[in-house]
Amino acid sequence: MRIIIEITYLISSILFIFGIKFLGSPKTARKGNLYAAIGMLMAIVATLVDQNVLTFEWIIIGGIVGSAIGVLLAVKTSMTGMPQMVGMLNGFGGGASTLVALAEYFRLNPNYPVESGLPFNLPIDTGIAIVLSLLIGGVTFTGSMIAFGKLQGLVTGKVVKYPLQHPLNLLMILVVLAGGVFILLNPSNITIVLVITGISLVLGVLLVLPIGGADMPVAISLLNSYSGLAGSTTGFVLGNNELIIAGALVGASGIILTTIMCKAMNRSLLNVVMGGWASAGTSGPAVESTTHKGTVKSVDAEELAMLLDSVSSVIIVPGYGMAVGQAQHAVRDLMNVLEKKGVKVRFAIHPVAGRMPGHMNVLLAEAQVPYDKLLAMEDINDDFPNTDVVIVIGANDVVNPAARHDQSSPIFGMPILNVDYAKTVVINKRSMNVGYAGIENELFFYPNALMYFGDSKDAMSKLVSEIKAL
Amino acid sequence: MESFLFLMHIYVFVLAIFVGFELITKVPPTLHTPLMSGSNAISGITIVGAILSAGLEQFTISTILGMVAVIFAMINVVGGFLVTDRMLKMFKKPSRTGKESK
Repeated sequence: MRIIIEITYLISSILFIFGIKFLGSPKTARKGNLYAAIGMLMAIVATLVDQNVLTFEWIIIGGIVGSAIGVLLAVKTSMTGMPQMVGMLNGFGGGASTLVALAEYFRLNPNYPVESGLPFNLPIDTGIAIVLSLLIGGVTFTGSMIAFGKLQGLVTGKVVKYPLQHPLNLLMILVVLAGGVFILLNPSNITIVLVITGISLVLGVLLVLPIGGADMPVAISLLNSYSGLAGSTTGFVLGNNELIIAGALVGASGIILTTIMCKAMNRSLLNVVMGGWASAGTSGPAVESTTHKGTVKSVDAEELAMLLDSVSSVIIVPGYGMAVGQAQHAVRDLMNVLEKKGVKVRFAIHPVAGRMPGHMNVLLAEAQVPYDKLLAMEDINDDFPNTDVVIVIGANDVVNPAARHDQSSPIFGMPILNVDYAKTVVINKRSMNVGYAGIENELFFYPNALMYFGDSKDAMSKLVSEIKAL
Repeated sequence: MESFLFLMHIYVFVLAIFVGFELITKVPPTLHTPLMSGSNAISGITIVGAILSAGLEQFTISTILGMVAVIFAMINVVGGFLVTDRMLKMFKKPSRTGKESK
């Protein structure tokens, strides 16, 4: 029986690997997801027939409750709410790892619940794995819940600073590590195990709280990676290769996404995790306005429609503002009316646009914009000079030309979409407010820039009807 | 012998990380969100440990912890795979292969 179970785990691991491989292309992605789901089902079934599993009622209750909540979440979540959803799911994975590590600890402890007087020989490898599971799982759990809260608007999306932030976090990590060593030497001490768990949970809150809204793509990717690593450490606790493999795959995936996100902001991971763009070294005068104050030209829907009537190529640059305004369908309508006029319409997606990697792509896919029209920054950046009109919808810092030339700017060096090279740039925003980096965007004052104020959805709908009316 | 086994697990872990890196560097940005939610669902593999804890013969605190872990992991697994499928369903084929003609 044992051998059949192990072989099932192996096949399941292979299905995960193929699943992730197929997730790499839009054509096969759905199949990939299905493969991974089948792999998961196989792993669950194999575990259920394990000889150590003797009572089923708790598993069944837990399975039904968990599945029901999972289905409900998956069906109810809107596409704009996807970052929150992913954040929350990460957390549950991490939480499960913590719980399993605790359960395993209590199972191994011969002096619980009744003092048996037996010596507790916790093997050092299992001990280390348990402590790491508690730490990583705990941080993932509460950290993800805070990330969820921030994205849902329950917790402030601003950069939160608190006194002694870094020393405090460092101290807590050190306490956890010291506690870990202590547990290896005195395995029976339940209090220390609970303290480690508690501190890990608090640490998750404190680590994610300072991270600001627009840095969420990094935070979510990192938590994604943690949830995988937590799975791996649980695998070490149980001595199960499949958990180790699956966790490592997810851990690697999260790390890669994290790196991509950090690169797209030209910031180090440490800088993001420490919280806040403004703290990025340039602590000088936060307001660096006046230098390029010129006149801002504003247009209305009618003028804009006339402008778009005589062009041949348009690039649309969506940002978080499009997600907030739920404007993706209106944007799709805009694409359709323009294409009907024979205009070539494409989308330029900055890697950190939105609140998680690929956020814009999902929203536009929901609005049925074909994915081959969505181009990544490096694929489209050279095309801006040959483009008649660029329409920026609710994006700011990622199109700020200061990143290219202004060494004093906090975003200097960040790769941006070169929208200012186009003949005309239309920027749709609700107001002249600054973006996440807290700096004014000189683009708005450029001679080829036109501001089109208004809520993204209203503004796009109005524009569409004006174009149709021409 | 114990530590040998542990070493074998490390071995598997390191190799799997490399496989992960190889697979994921090729994923285009368009699919980053589904990749994330899909891999997220895979991290719900902790369900294996949760089942082992919740299914112990004797009812102890481990059973309760295990059952809550089953709930958590199940939310992760079911929610993750379903939501990923929901997203991927929307990814429309490139325009030139049809539909576009209207």
